[in-house]
Amino acid sequence: MVTAFRRVVKAGFVGFWRNAYVSLASIFVLTIALFVIGATMFLNQLLGTSLATLQSKVDINVYFVPDAPLEEINRIKAAVEALPDVAEVKFTSREDALAEYRERNKDNTIALQALEELDENPLGANLAIQAKETSQYESVARFLDEQRELEQPQTPIIDEINFARNKDSIDTLTSIIKATERASFIILGILLIAAVLITFNTIRLAIYTSREEIAIMRLVGASNMFIRGPFMLQGIMYGFISGVLALLLFYPLLIWVGPRTAAFFELNLFDYYLVHFGEIFGVLVGIGVVLGLVSSTLAVARYLRT
Amino acid sequence: MIYFDNVSKIYNDGRSAALQEVTFQVAPKEFVSIVGHSGAGKTTLLKMIIAEDRPSHGQVFFESLDVHRIPKTKLPNYRRKIGTIFQDFKLLPHKTAYENVAFAMEANGRTDAEIAENVPHALSLVDLDDKAWNFPSELSGGEKQRVAIARAIVNQPDIIIADEPTGNLDPIATYEVVQILRKINDLGTTVIMTTHNKGVIDEIERRVITMDGGRIVRDDSTGKYVL
Repeated sequence: MVTAFRRVVKAGFVGFWRNAYVSLASIFVLTIALFVIGATMFLNQLLGTSLATLQSKVDINVYFVPDAPLEEINRIKAAVEALPDVAEVKFTSREDALAEYRERNKDNTIALQALEELDENPLGANLAIQAKETSQYESVARFLDEQRELEQPQTPIIDEINFARNKDSIDTLTSIIKATERASFIILGILLIAAVLITFNTIRLAIYTSREEIAIMRLVGASNMFIRGPFMLQGIMYGFISGVLALLLFYPLLIWVGPRTAAFFELNLFDYYLVHFGEIFGVLVGIGVVLGLVSSTLAVARYLRT
Repeated sequence: MIYFDNVSKIYNDGRSAALQEVTFQVAPKEFVSIVGHSGAGKTTLLKMIIAEDRPSHGQVFFESLDVHRIPKTKLPNYRRKIGTIFQDFKLLPHKTAYENVAFAMEANGRTDAEIAENVPHALSLVDLDDKAWNFPSELSGGEKQRVAIARAIVNQPDIIIADEPTGNLDPIATYEVVQILRKINDLGTTVIMTTHNKGVIDEIERRVITMDGGRIVRDDSTGKYVL
């Protein structure tokens, strides 16, 4: 048993070297397939991150009237925070709002002069609310509207809720995000299927050149496992080498692309590659090995049927 | 040792028959030549013995074993009892002469020590000690066939089956191959060989079965080539 295993392993390596051109062709195709799969993974990551960034920029702002009592504001803040859909609530006090206004308009002398004319701070406090999902803003907005209706008409607290104003752009964004996710999922699926089929066919052709050999092995009384073993090992070797090659290809590419994606998508792909190297290595080499092994096993099986 | 019982092979179209009601037996240590024109059914007959082809009717026995009732998983074991030699040599192109012979032993599950001892022995029996590390593409036709013979005998099979072993060889290589087969037979191995080389048959002076149209038409104990 041990002897047979050792012989199969040796035959696998020897076959790999003596069929160097065929091995090279298989590795080449498998590398491209894995590169495509890897590129799709990076693209998905990029999309995912940029969607998250976009989503974090969407919020609902509740502006309170300047003389709204602090305890009332805190009550509403606590109530909003208690909602299951809400991810984060950021409170900006009247003083902070004024400071922000000054900062934003520091080049606008007219606006600052107008502010000087007033003897008190005209700005109210506000809450910036972020939901966990863009689709959940609707329910948060509805909750806030209900709060507003409960108020005493003569002493209003909430001055304005800007969700209605942003509603259309939020809706559009939500549908764009969903469509992009769906499209990238379909593209990933198609690329995966194509990569699997191309790899399978290439390895099948590689083994087609060995069909005579397989027939001879059977004639001298080799068992099916003894014949299949070296081809299975070669499939694994193709997959492993291709996975490593694809990873190496990404390195210079991502050094170049990284800063560009950082500027546009707020994610440096090269940093992502370095941080998640183990994971990416596992996925690419793993897919490669499984693909190589399954392809070669299926291809040899054709010639082992009696 | 080999017994054909009323064996016929009819192809799927239902009309052309490769073998028709063939019955004969081969005793241990015999040297049997099967002659006939191409298409007479010689190769089909040999394929029946190694279970590469199935009969439409009849049975083929190896000793008491019905060859076509051997389960698929046991076929490799059965084939190890038979050494096969072909007109086109059927050597593994990516293995050296030594490795080709050794492969038959590896497939048999022999130990490295046995392989190291028997392979050089088999190669020297066919007079190829000096070409052991050449690949088939570096050998002449006669040398390739001698490698194939070494591979066939290295596991000490009960029987050697040779399908036109001299078909691709020049007269000198033919003579050498026939001498080697006779030597193997003299050492006690049964040999069944097909050929259409008259000189070979007359040289051997052993049993000759003549086939025509899938039937056995003559069976002479010390035959000459009559066609």
